[in-house]
Amino acid sequence: MKFERYGIGIAKGMALTFKHLFRAPITVQYPEEKLVVSRRIRGNELVWYLDRCTGCATCAKACPQGNIEIVTHPGSENNYVVDKFEVDCGRCMFCGLCVEACPYDALAMGRSYERAQYRRRDVILSKDQLRLSDIRQPSGYARPLIEASLPKQSLLVNANKKDGGQKLSWLGLSKKRGRGV
Amino acid sequence: MVIKTEPFVINIGPQHPSTHGVFRMRVTLDGEVVVDVEPVIGYLHRGIEKIGENRTYAQVIPLTDRLDYLASMTNNLACVLAIEKLADIKVPERAEYLRIIMAEAMRISSHLMAVGFFFNDLGAMMTPVLYMWREREKLLDLFEMVCGQRLTYNYMRIGGVSQDIPEEFLPAMKKFVAEMPGFLDEYDQLLAQNEIVLVRTKGVGILPKETAINIAASGPVLRASGVKWDTRKADPYSIYDRFDFDIPVGSVGDNYDRYWVRMQEMRQSVRILEQAIAQVPEGEVRAKVPQLLHPPVGEAYGHIEAPKGELGFYLVSDNSIAPYRFHIHPPTLINLTALKDMVVGWKIADLIITFGSIDVVLGEIDR
Amino acid sequence: MTLLEQFRLWLGGHMWPDWAAYLVPGIAGIVLVLAFVVVLVIVFIWVERRLLGRFQIRLGPNRLGPEGIFQPIATALKILLKEDIVPDKADKVLHWLAPVIVFVPVLMIFAVVPVGQRAILTDLNVGIVYVVAISAVSAVGVYAAGWASNNKYALISALRTVAQMVSYELPVVLAILGVVLMAGSLSMTKIVESQSIPYLVLQPLGFVIFFLGTVAEMNRSPFDLLEADSEIVAGYHIEYSGMKFAMFYLGEYGHALAYACIITTLFLAGWQGPFLPPIIWFVIKVFAVFAVIVWMRATLPRLRVDQLMSFAWKGLLPMAIINLFVIAVEMLWLPEINLWILVATNIAFAGVLVLLWSRLFSLGGGRVEV
Repeated sequence: MKFERYGIGIAKGMALTFKHLFRAPITVQYPEEKLVVSRRIRGNELVWYLDRCTGCATCAKACPQGNIEIVTHPGSENNYVVDKFEVDCGRCMFCGLCVEACPYDALAMGRSYERAQYRRRDVILSKDQLRLSDIRQPSGYARPLIEASLPKQSLLVNANKKDGGQKLSWLGLSKKRGRGV
Repeated sequence: MVIKTEPFVINIGPQHPSTHGVFRMRVTLDGEVVVDVEPVIGYLHRGIEKIGENRTYAQVIPLTDRLDYLASMTNNLACVLAIEKLADIKVPERAEYLRIIMAEAMRISSHLMAVGFFFNDLGAMMTPVLYMWREREKLLDLFEMVCGQRLTYNYMRIGGVSQDIPEEFLPAMKKFVAEMPGFLDEYDQLLAQNEIVLVRTKGVGILPKETAINIAASGPVLRASGVKWDTRKADPYSIYDRFDFDIPVGSVGDNYDRYWVRMQEMRQSVRILEQAIAQVPEGEVRAKVPQLLHPPVGEAYGHIEAPKGELGFYLVSDNSIAPYRFHIHPPTLINLTALKDMVVGWKIADLIITFGSIDVVLGEIDR
Repeated sequence: MTLLEQFRLWLGGHMWPDWAAYLVPGIAGIVLVLAFVVVLVIVFIWVERRLLGRFQIRLGPNRLGPEGIFQPIATALKILLKEDIVPDKADKVLHWLAPVIVFVPVLMIFAVVPVGQRAILTDLNVGIVYVVAISAVSAVGVYAAGWASNNKYALISALRTVAQMVSYELPVVLAILGVVLMAGSLSMTKIVESQSIPYLVLQPLGFVIFFLGTVAEMNRSPFDLLEADSEIVAGYHIEYSGMKFAMFYLGEYGHALAYACIITTLFLAGWQGPFLPPIIWFVIKVFAVFAVIVWMRATLPRLRVDQLMSFAWKGLLPMAIINLFVIAVEMLWLPEINLWILVATNIAFAGVLVLLWSRLFSLGGGRVEV
């Protein structure tokens, strides 16, 4: 390690900062431009399939915190009918152990990360809210079939290429502006 | 007439822009010179060790993510190694290679964060942080591709890893590894020979070799003081003995050496990554383990070289589904005990940057 | 004969009473200067935040208004609407007075800055001495702010301030004296007019000393340990909020603007330049100086207080004295020589001095035995 004085070290540092003025910024203007998330994202919700669930409660046993509450009664064809399937997404840490544990692929993680609510009781999801719908899409975590159907993730490593990369504009002049413009 | 002065006590409190978490120090100052430092910890205590006694062995792994939350993969790895030692489980080859890739990428990410915030404490207005976070962002994208989250991964399982990697992971990782040495050279150009950095960090906050060994320091703090000790070479775990890498050792043990050792460790991690990517075999990634594991009665200590030092998990089992005792040996708590020796006699500004160079994460200290 | 004095004579010739002919141009001039300062300070805040963002590979603020030009106005509104909190045991009078003492001298400096040919508020024949005197008053305000806050962090920062501002006055004044010797007058307009070659080229060492000294006076990186965010959490203005904090904030940018204007006047040949009107050239040069200051802030970490003081006393001050001596020798013995030979001599001499000083003295302080 040479100890260079005379201000040369400072000059080299300032030259590097000057060079960065001419690189495109890597900011993503959030509400208008969104990155494509991973196919296996463990988003802030769960997706439940009523027709595949048998009420075995393996997911409830696997959960480290006991967030899943299941109430069943015996049905007519030697099965369980699920009366109540509630997940407390406020306490949930989205570790995915329940999804990995389900033997019938009846539970999947969600894809959305914008699930903030105004009241705590709105975060506890009941069995009707948890079902697959337009706003509740499954992600491919531990579900290879779903994973194969989702788009590929946008990676910063590929940022200068057209395939799989986020194309950002030079000088930061984004075509889409925020509110107030 | 002699002017009488007296030392005063200032409280660099839990809420402070540069204590890297909720950490409190009661500092006695004589003018600008530090006379005494008394750290107060416990503001982030969550009782992870006690919670761990009431969870099964598989459920305890997401808890360990939250210890050193900036280096989650290595926490998982240490816990899983301890459990595998207890229950004597063999891990498939491909899983071993994937674990090494994740651990070394985690080391690069953690060191980037540590060095970036070290320079932020020095006063370079977030510029080094943002440059280093550009590389860390690339790594976080890759981790998200594999396990779905960016901070608390929960990727390692008892007997392997949780899922196999998608096919675009290895080409992207190869591209990252090819570009990384160029970026590391850029960081050196920005700051390694900067006169102000040299004047502020060279010779400041020296930890002598004997003190470092006596307090059981580990990690970059120990290696910067001149002791050539790395758990990956001294007691190899997983398959580290198949890779070819060096251990950077500093000479004096001042702040500059700790920063330099971390930069060199990043280069060595890139070397290991290149070799591991080239040698990944095919196969399965997870051994067959019962969901409720009943390990035989006994104890095991699984330790790894985490980015911050030697992280160890001490597990005692009594043949039930939950550990009887779940103890964590945090490297940064042990390294922090040297703070007073390193800092007494220097000024406030040196206190802040010496504390930053030890690279603490409060989640690990307080558990 | 400045433009305002011509205006006054014109009014007097049109039968205005004396006191009115004195007052009206004066007030018009003051309003113009204040408008100039306020507009430029707001533009400076915007330039700094966007430019700092571009150095750090991110966008600056760009949500309010096209490319974020209303951001400084939003900042000002936010600060005005905040509650004014005064600590319980603080010294109330000093706490109220300190921002005033810091902010008013900044505005007073602009009275002698020539923005164009004959466009100056008052052409004092001791212009530069007035500037030096006024700019030293801010140190008192900062110290009052630190003491009156009843807070240990503020007190540490206030004591550091006094030391820093006082010790950097000396090299600054000596560098100015070098310029004055070459220009032959203390008046600002004459200094600008005597620069056929800008003094940046003729006195490189003087320029470097003056630039570093004023960056230290402005408390900006790398000398910004008064408000070192990562150590003492905003230093002397830690207990201020609301309009008083706005005074400190504007005062900081006002200082930057004032010193940039002084540097332009003294070393960069003020408003001189081809093709464009003089005021445009002046503004371009001021922005160039400010861009270099922001560039230094983006790159460099900060110095510790004892290193700062030894840089001033052991580094800049001897170099400033020797610089003054050499310029005096040149002016005395070789007054009629071709200026380009002087340029070459001075550049060589500056290089030798910088090399010599880097070898001979060290900045780091050692460990103190307690």
